[in-house]
Amino acid sequence: MSTTTQPFRAGLRRGWREFLISLRNPEDLTFYLFWSGAVVVYLFLNRTTPVEGTTLTLPQVVLPGALAAMVVFGGLVGPAFALVIEKEDGTLLRMKAAPHGVRTYVTAQVVLQSLGLLPLLVLIVLPVALFAHPLMHRGAGGWVAVGALLVLALLATLPLGMVIGAVARKPGQVSTWGLLPVLGMMAISGIFVPITALWGWVQGVAQVLPMYWLGHGLRWAFLPDEARVLEAGETWRVLEALGVLGAWAAVGLLLAPRVLRRMARRESGSAVEARRQERMQRFG
Amino acid sequence: MTTETGTAVIQVRDLRMRYGTRDVLDGVDLDVHGGEVVALLGPNGAGKTTTIEILEGFRVRSGGEVTVLGSDPADAPEAWRARVGVVLQSWRDHKRWRVREVLEHLGDLYAPYSTAERPRPRPVGELLELVGLTDSADQPLMRLSGGQRRRLDVAVGIVGRPELLFLDEPTAGFDPEARREFHDLVHALVDAEGTTVVLTTHHLDEAEKLADRILVLSGGRIVADGSPDALARSVSSIAEVRWCRGGERFVHSCPDPTAFVRDLLAHDDGEVTDLEVRRATLEDTYVQLVRRHTAQEESR
Repeated sequence: MSTTTQPFRAGLRRGWREFLISLRNPEDLTFYLFWSGAVVVYLFLNRTTPVEGTTLTLPQVVLPGALAAMVVFGGLVGPAFALVIEKEDGTLLRMKAAPHGVRTYVTAQVVLQSLGLLPLLVLIVLPVALFAHPLMHRGAGGWVAVGALLVLALLATLPLGMVIGAVARKPGQVSTWGLLPVLGMMAISGIFVPITALWGWVQGVAQVLPMYWLGHGLRWAFLPDEARVLEAGETWRVLEALGVLGAWAAVGLLLAPRVLRRMARRESGSAVEARRQERMQRFG
Repeated sequence: MTTETGTAVIQVRDLRMRYGTRDVLDGVDLDVHGGEVVALLGPNGAGKTTTIEILEGFRVRSGGEVTVLGSDPADAPEAWRARVGVVLQSWRDHKRWRVREVLEHLGDLYAPYSTAERPRPRPVGELLELVGLTDSADQPLMRLSGGQRRRLDVAVGIVGRPELLFLDEPTAGFDPEARREFHDLVHALVDAEGTTVVLTTHHLDEAEKLADRILVLSGGRIVADGSPDALARSVSSIAEVRWCRGGERFVHSCPDPTAFVRDLLAHDDGEVTDLEVRRATLEDTYVQLVRRHTAQEESR
């Protein structure tokens, strides 16, 4: 067996196994059902609401943005929490003690976090397709574009999510330094409120961030050409979308290996023990 | 690659570790040979865990030379990891995994490093049998008791059939029976596979039962190094003789108890009862050693 590909294959198996474990875990299942249920119910209640300036309904227009929000949120916050928690409980140290364990662990995180988004996407897209007809206006090519955009979005978010988890010393820091900015990004990225309704400078900020552009890209992939009147400048900007998502991916992929190596180097039994003591004090 | 009995598995020269201005390790020298079981003993804060973490490659030292299985652990290749087993304190990882799943997955990582003498990984069934977890194989880790959890940690430590095994307080939380089973397991590993073992412990009796050699660490230095027997002799050659005579108890300390007792019994007119001769135990030795070195530290 080759020692260079083994960690990746072991990582794929580890990620798949963790995914199966999460599927048999009641908390994870509740999480999937709650969020998908909330989105589906909201869209169902507004299934006949027309969108001004187009022949489309609200669910058709909002769904791509909702998917974008979930993928970017999950891609950043998912690995950040996983890493900070598994640093604290010693999972990472356990992996560090095995040959190529950290590489296996990181591969598994990529697999797990990507697979972990699938149940959510499926549980939203399938029911919504029943009442928001048609969901996809661009045929098979549109679905290919959706798939490609989601992969690019994972590249733009997972490495940065891991960086957040690697830098954070305790879960509380992920909540404040990771979760809040992502929620802020969600508020201004044209998911809930059309971006054109926001102040100019807020629009500017949103257009540097990945969530707006993933939403824009997905709307382009799902919706007919007439829907461009809803976008800023009333035009599709697919190249810009790819460019911004690609730039975030490049930053993440450049940063993550360095930060993860530094994090792994610092892991030791006493580091885990010190965090355990701190945790016990936190919970008194 | 197998380490032969008697060759140096660990060589440490003038190891130093400094946090800020505090020297935690202040020139440690030590050698561990193939097939040896060495116990690191010392009061809290003596540098035991720091030393073992440097040897494990988990911590970068401030100075000195360290060779473990032929490599510097600070930048050893991943193949080196496959030859080393580690059992640390307080692990709560992989909570939702089942025992068998964890052992299968971690075992996988060792497969590329299998050799004829050391087939890696060790089969999961054999491993479960060895540590006595066969009945819990399908339990999620979060449902294991403290003792079972510790056995799993040991199982993970030896899944790759290591040539060198580090055990940090391995029997913390074990009941006496589990402790004895663990001691048998370590002896079996050493006898059957020539595994070299370095352990830290607070239990002197454990060190005495398991170790061929005991190193006492105090104030960042090794203050004693020898077999449990030799250690007990080196510090205190004085024995205590106790006896009763006419309802009264007597205690006498002397360097040559044999001569004293011979003399005592020759002139006692048959009145001496409850005669007891007690050599300094390892515990006496240890307490004396640590006290002596703490006093020296303070007077410096």
